[in-house]
Amino acid sequence: MTGDESVITLYRLQACPYCERVVRVLKQLNLPYESRFVEPMHSDRDVVKRISGKRTVPAIVDENTGVTMSESANIVDYLQNTYGDGADADAGGVA
Amino acid sequence: MVDFEVVELPESDHPEVGETAPDFTRPLVNAESWEDVSLSELTDEGPVLLVFHTMDGAFPATYVWNNLRDRGIPEQIQTVGVSISSPYEHKTLLKERGVEATVRLYSDPAAGVAADYGIENPLDGMTGVTEHRPAVFLLDEDRTVRYAWVASEWPEFPDYEDVADAVSEHA
Repeated sequence: MTGDESVITLYRLQACPYCERVVRVLKQLNLPYESRFVEPMHSDRDVVKRISGKRTVPAIVDENTGVTMSESANIVDYLQNTYGDGADADAGGVA
Repeated sequence: MVDFEVVELPESDHPEVGETAPDFTRPLVNAESWEDVSLSELTDEGPVLLVFHTMDGAFPATYVWNNLRDRGIPEQIQTVGVSISSPYEHKTLLKERGVEATVRLYSDPAAGVAADYGIENPLDGMTGVTEHRPAVFLLDEDRTVRYAWVASEWPEFPDYEDVADAVSEHA
């Protein structure tokens, strides 16, 4: 919303527990993110399909890395591996 | 002689032409999704026609969008609505009025934006429900008000010719 840094966009459905799981990890890691809420009807979620190839939520688009990803377990692993304490050192370019 | 009642609304203290319209952030709904967007993000892109209306489903909301659509206004200027309706209801309105591709709608269920704009309309017979008085503002890139109309009666509709003229002049 502020537009001053690239952020993570989270495609989410209101009251979806898998989405809340991703939100919890984003908050734990103190990562700025934007929420984009989508249609409850799976068949109508073309906006998600256009970015990820699937209609499932949660899905994220991470402009920092160019990664687009679905499935909460995959997203949580990705966030922790990329931004968590155990982040891959190569990702930050730090030895 | 008419035998129905048109209710006079009290004086409103809304932003006037030449003043700066208050900024706000609310969920902005398009045909497919919604997300928090500030008004100033929209005005940064160019002039905005800001249309406050009754809750979705009430006939004034239907009429105002039919009229703006039929005059091709949303094709000429960024056009956004505001009502107390939820994002789910907004998606239905966009579809039913045939403005999915051209209009976006802010959801302001607690009518906080109505308070900021001095256009609150507490509803008789719907205890605890306050919505936005019908109003139209044309804002330039600095959120300076170039055209303003606020209902002084209930119900009342904007003069669409005036709105179209303002859009031609400022968009």
